[in-house]
Amino acid sequence: MAGAAVAVAFASGCKPKGAQTAISGDAASKVYVAPGQHDEFYNIVSGGFNGQISVVGLPSGRVLKILPVFSVHPENGWGFSEETKPMLNTTHGFVPWDDLHHIAISTTNAEHDARWAFANANNTPRIARIDLTTFKTVEIIEIPNSSGNHSSPFITENTEYVVAGTRFSIPTGDDTDRDVAIDTYKDNFRGTISFISVDKDHGDMDIAFQIEAPPFNFDLARAGKKKSHGWFFFSTYNTEMAHTLLEVNASQKDKDFIMAVNWKKAEEYIAAGKGKKVPVNYVHNKWDESTHTAISTIRNEVLSLDPKVLKDMVYFIPCPKSPHGTDTDPTGEYIIGSGKLAAIIPVFSFTKMLAAIENQDFEGDINGMPVLKYESVLHGEVEKPGLGPLHTEFDGKGFAYTSMFVSSEIVKWNIETLEVVDRIPTYYSIGHLSIPGGPTGKPHGKYMVAYNKITKDRYLPTGPELAHSAQLYDISGDKMQLLLDFPTIGEPHYAEAFPASLIKDKQVKFYKLEENNHPHALKGINDARVERKGNEVHIYLTSIRSNFRPDNIEGIRVGDEVYFHMTNLEQDWDVPHGLAIKGANTAELLVMPGETSTLKWTPDRVGIFPFYCTDFCSALHQEMQGYIRVSPAGSNTPLKFSTGVAE
Amino acid sequence: MNNISPSNRILAFIAAVLMVSAYFTPLWQISLWAPQYPEGLNMKIWIDRLSGDVDIINGVNHYIGMKHIGVEMFPEFTYLIYVFGFIIGFGILTAVIAKRWALYTFLGMIVLLGIGVLTDMYLWGYDYGHNLDQTAAIKVPGMAYQPPLIGYKELLNFIAYSGPDTGGWILGVSALLLTFAVFTEWRKKKKVASL
Repeated sequence: MAGAAVAVAFASGCKPKGAQTAISGDAASKVYVAPGQHDEFYNIVSGGFNGQISVVGLPSGRVLKILPVFSVHPENGWGFSEETKPMLNTTHGFVPWDDLHHIAISTTNAEHDARWAFANANNTPRIARIDLTTFKTVEIIEIPNSSGNHSSPFITENTEYVVAGTRFSIPTGDDTDRDVAIDTYKDNFRGTISFISVDKDHGDMDIAFQIEAPPFNFDLARAGKKKSHGWFFFSTYNTEMAHTLLEVNASQKDKDFIMAVNWKKAEEYIAAGKGKKVPVNYVHNKWDESTHTAISTIRNEVLSLDPKVLKDMVYFIPCPKSPHGTDTDPTGEYIIGSGKLAAIIPVFSFTKMLAAIENQDFEGDINGMPVLKYESVLHGEVEKPGLGPLHTEFDGKGFAYTSMFVSSEIVKWNIETLEVVDRIPTYYSIGHLSIPGGPTGKPHGKYMVAYNKITKDRYLPTGPELAHSAQLYDISGDKMQLLLDFPTIGEPHYAEAFPASLIKDKQVKFYKLEENNHPHALKGINDARVERKGNEVHIYLTSIRSNFRPDNIEGIRVGDEVYFHMTNLEQDWDVPHGLAIKGANTAELLVMPGETSTLKWTPDRVGIFPFYCTDFCSALHQEMQGYIRVSPAGSNTPLKFSTGVAE
Repeated sequence: MNNISPSNRILAFIAAVLMVSAYFTPLWQISLWAPQYPEGLNMKIWIDRLSGDVDIINGVNHYIGMKHIGVEMFPEFTYLIYVFGFIIGFGILTAVIAKRWALYTFLGMIVLLGIGVLTDMYLWGYDYGHNLDQTAAIKVPGMAYQPPLIGYKELLNFIAYSGPDTGGWILGVSALLLTFAVFTEWRKKKKVASL
């Protein structure tokens, strides 16, 4: 009898209700962007393990661009052209890939100004800055004394600083300091938090200072804003300081910490000369829009602050069970810790935190840094929110939205009363969620996107490897409403969206030829030429619809290092030209109007090598081609180049 | 009574002064639209130069073998400034001496200028549209691709428009003011004659 009941329960058709998509109302019309119309929001989406950023329009969910950051991108030569290679340089040499998790869009007075996007490289710790008038990565700075740059890049309300907290604590210092037994973790490993200053006019980044921290794992962070401006909050896990089987050993304590950093105090200590200069090595890579070239430089020093000695700068707030997200609400008063194994969501009060510090309401200390009493800082707990809280965003109307990985849902709750008011499923196992302007002081509480970790049956199946799924919800009413389900590029973690009107009229359409200061730039077809310097051959190539000059080149020898310096002479929007040559061990070039870019090619055999334009530029694109004659090494074929007259 | 009325002296003066705008505003414009140019291409013709998307238009037109449009193509740019200067000077003289013959001559000069410019533009357009390079990539049927003189015209994938720009319209206003002045003088003369 029992056997029969089990058989019935597992027979098809007995799937419980609720696992299907529930679409109601006129969802389609709410996400329909008519042909020729534009989306309302730009959504800058991290690419996770593809190391890139995708630019997505909301509410349509359409992908507008894949923007290369930390990974090579053969389709436009990023990391392959001579000019872009230095952008991916590190102290480990050229690194062609990384894992990009989080996005921060620049703010002024805690509101998006959308001048720049910042993104983190999780694996080989770096932070990138993207110019949002060109949608191009223009700066990458490496983070020394860090491993697993996960708690990054989060910014202060006027983009004064971008922070980078180390996920893995590691031993730092010289070779003997770093060559230690792993089981000496507690004694020899160090955590660091880096504050990277951002030039308010040009965006240039510099590591202003690093704060030494206990060897915890630093997970995520948020700056205080408005009333809590001047503070930064970092979530920590593995405060057990385990170094093996963290799954178990880092999940033992009831509470880990949110580390509160008073960075204004840090600035005071630096002004008073309390910082210590520490020798390190890190690279700083900067793109120059005038020379269309990146330059990579090594820096050797960082200013370090030790909170064990420098008091009143770092405090610990106990937070239940390995907090992942730590998020500050739009007023700056509340700090929400999402303990991923916790049964409640704690909401801390900034006002109470200041009072607890004032009253020395401490329950202990970590190496001399005070641990505040949980109850003294707590505003309240959200009861029974769901399972596996990860991240919280805000709508600016007094509500918070928390993603629940384990119960695969988003829970809406009232920040003041802590009451859960609505919940809606996600498909499946949501990680980050994102509301346009959600982390700022001015959220646009209209849409919300869920970025999920599991896809399963959401789209037409594509074998074992699937696109990651995202859902768009309407949050303008009392009840959240599912509008759209769309696949994404790579493996999105965090994303930030902002009104398109902030930047869409500021877009660069092409580069002015007269402002092109590339040393190998050509300003017109008359300068096209080929020069030999020993075994280096420099081809100064122009491209304009629909020809290359020169397009017949002879006198190249096997083993030569051939550099194609191609200038796109077009001065109009949306007329790139490409360059590909047979057998090149590199990618194509995709050169924007007015830009100069260089492809290096080492011919390996004798013969005629065609080259052609890869971007369908015009009606005669297919005619845009040329030939190079490669003769044997040591041969005397004279160097010749030409662009013939029509026959 | 060969003198013109005080109000017509003022009109002649205004007409002359308005013409000074020709030195600061474009006189004529040519616009092009195509599916791949939804924003349109626009070329402005000034008293002594060209502006706008001239380079892009040249880039597009080279496919059918049209000549490269440039300042050197228009010798008019070297002397139009003097022609305008002379007419403006004569207009101010008209206002000063207030003679009817001067008023008539002033209007005549402007009308002749207009006819001259339009004829000149037609001839340029004919030459530009008919003397296509024989080796061009795209052979236009009949080897003729003449832009419109005034108004709209469809040319392959382009819709072309040609017409006055700010300076041209102001010039038109000058001509209208003078026509009105001449008309009132002519009526006055007829009345005097009939008395």
